[in-house]
Amino acid sequence: MFGYYTTLAIRSLRSQTALTLLMIAAVGVGIGAAMTTLTVYRGMAADPIPGKSSQLFVPQIDSFGPKPAPGPAGPDGLQDRLTYNDATAFLKSHAGYRQAAMYATHLVVMPSDTRVRPFDVGVRATSGDFFGMFDVPFLYGTGWTSRDDDDHAPVVVISRELNDRLFAGANSVGRSMTLNGREYRIMGVTDRWQPLPRFYDLDRVFAMPEDVFLPFSVAIEQKMEFGNINCDKGAAGWDDLLMDQCVWTHFWVELPTAAAVAQYRQFLTNYAAEQKRSGRFGWTARTQLRDVREWLSYHETVSTEATILVAVSFSFLFVCLLNAAGLMLAKLIGRAPDLSVRRALGASRRAIFTQCLLEAALVGIVGGLLGLVLTDLGLNGLRSLVSEEGRHLMHLDASDVLIAVMLAVLATIVAGVYPTWRAARVQPARYLKAL
Amino acid sequence: MLKMTQLSKIYRTEVVETYALRDFSIDVKEGEFVAVTGPSGSGKTTFLTIAGLLEDFSTGEYRLDGVDVRGLNDYRRSRLRNEKIGFIFQAFNLIGDLNVQENIEVPLRYRGLGGADRRRAVSEALDRVGLSARARHYPSELSGGQQQRVAIARALAGRPRVLLADEPTGNLDTQMARGVMELIEELHRDGATIVMVTHDPELSARAQREVHVVDGQVVDFAAPPRLVSGASAHP
Repeated sequence: MFGYYTTLAIRSLRSQTALTLLMIAAVGVGIGAAMTTLTVYRGMAADPIPGKSSQLFVPQIDSFGPKPAPGPAGPDGLQDRLTYNDATAFLKSHAGYRQAAMYATHLVVMPSDTRVRPFDVGVRATSGDFFGMFDVPFLYGTGWTSRDDDDHAPVVVISRELNDRLFAGANSVGRSMTLNGREYRIMGVTDRWQPLPRFYDLDRVFAMPEDVFLPFSVAIEQKMEFGNINCDKGAAGWDDLLMDQCVWTHFWVELPTAAAVAQYRQFLTNYAAEQKRSGRFGWTARTQLRDVREWLSYHETVSTEATILVAVSFSFLFVCLLNAAGLMLAKLIGRAPDLSVRRALGASRRAIFTQCLLEAALVGIVGGLLGLVLTDLGLNGLRSLVSEEGRHLMHLDASDVLIAVMLAVLATIVAGVYPTWRAARVQPARYLKAL
Repeated sequence: MLKMTQLSKIYRTEVVETYALRDFSIDVKEGEFVAVTGPSGSGKTTFLTIAGLLEDFSTGEYRLDGVDVRGLNDYRRSRLRNEKIGFIFQAFNLIGDLNVQENIEVPLRYRGLGGADRRRAVSEALDRVGLSARARHYPSELSGGQQQRVAIARALAGRPRVLLADEPTGNLDTQMARGVMELIEELHRDGATIVMVTHDPELSARAQREVHVVDGQVVDFAAPPRLVSGASAHP
């Protein structure tokens, strides 16, 4: 009977075109509004590294104690970056399964083809463990080794996009490239990789990963500039930046088991106590260890405003569905005579209910597709309003399409339950005599 | 075939009870053609809707083809209605966006018949009412008489045990009405059990017997004014 009901539903929808179009429009507009905000929200709230987000941690230490923090701090007053000395001490300790210190900088690429003008690229100075820790996919080659870190080896990993630009997509592993006038050997080319939010550096939370990765030790040796620095005293020169009054180094550690986490917490506590004993801290320094989800929550990557916006848009969807339900009720009341005839000819209430609910589901499917088109238009509109960084959040993927259609069908079915129930309860005797 | 005993239908409001049928008894035997007559508001249509299992009754007993219908749930009532009853309405009640063949198929679909069985049943029913050439036409393309013939074909297609007709010629002109009544009489001669509600004395005169209803009660089991050939009247 499913095929028969579907045929009847399609005919019924076509027979009352105006009402059908209004219902579809009501559902489509509601879905469009809800999905536009939900798509952005999902991008903001997504787990950027599923399956591993509970194994990657940021250690924090109270570097400034009772002194006023020199820069933005978290809600608990802790700085979200480390001093260079702390970062290098953590690296040398090898207390985690993998660990990476890092910061962002910029360099100028000087293409070997002299016809191409030099251009600026974003660079991440980090440790070789970065790639394994964060499951970075490789198109060609691999990351560098710990030995390369220790040896200050002039090696780089570049993005697929940069490889396309410099080498027309060919395997460039082993070849050289010039950055700020210095030669670097290419160790690997990353494949498409875009963790959103970009959890490992929340300074530009929705930005693309950098195009060049090179060893942290090389960056320090070459005195490559870094972005956000918070110092409690003015830093006169490069050497001051490496002292304990400035925090600027991001640090991540991979701890695959609960025991490893507990052990690392103890390591942090011991480290803070040692710093106090050595006279660096005049206070008992607090320490903290947060995994990816906790880290994102700590930094409120999903703002309260975004949450409210989603709630408002879903309220709008609810209003649209109420309208659709009203239209559906009107439509089904108009069809009461036909439904009465069907009842007289042997259709049970359940059969009528199923037939009408299938009609609602069809409205939901078409409304969902319309909603997807409107969502795409909405996201395009938003893209023109926000910075390039935020645009990465504003695209539809397969899961969004599935969510939109499922949401539309489910919501329309829910909205259709009452009208359909009313239709199934129609009193045939009332209509058959009056016809 | 269709037996109601001391059956009442009461409509209740907070302040008043209205009897649509009161201690209504009727026994229609298999193959009988009975006319139910009475003035407007007498309860004829209520009787028909209860007989057709479209409405419940308040008290009494109703057996359809031996089945006690009291207490049956909606699904079983619908099933029973689909298998045992064929309706012929005054206003034909064809579904406008289905063609003739699809209209006739409706009860067969709910019975769960397969495509081949449905097509055969539709073809036979259309042959019976002389509208085989109109299978693809829509109701709006047919005359009133043809529409009523389609409605009769729809009622016949499922081979019901009893045909319930409600003023079957009420919306037709004289010539078309005559044709439809001749068809109904022909069906009866072929053995169909027919209960026809009408207030038209000319139509009721063509039935084997007449049951007269006033104020929801059977007041007279009239003697058959004219016997249809070969059939016998029941007291």
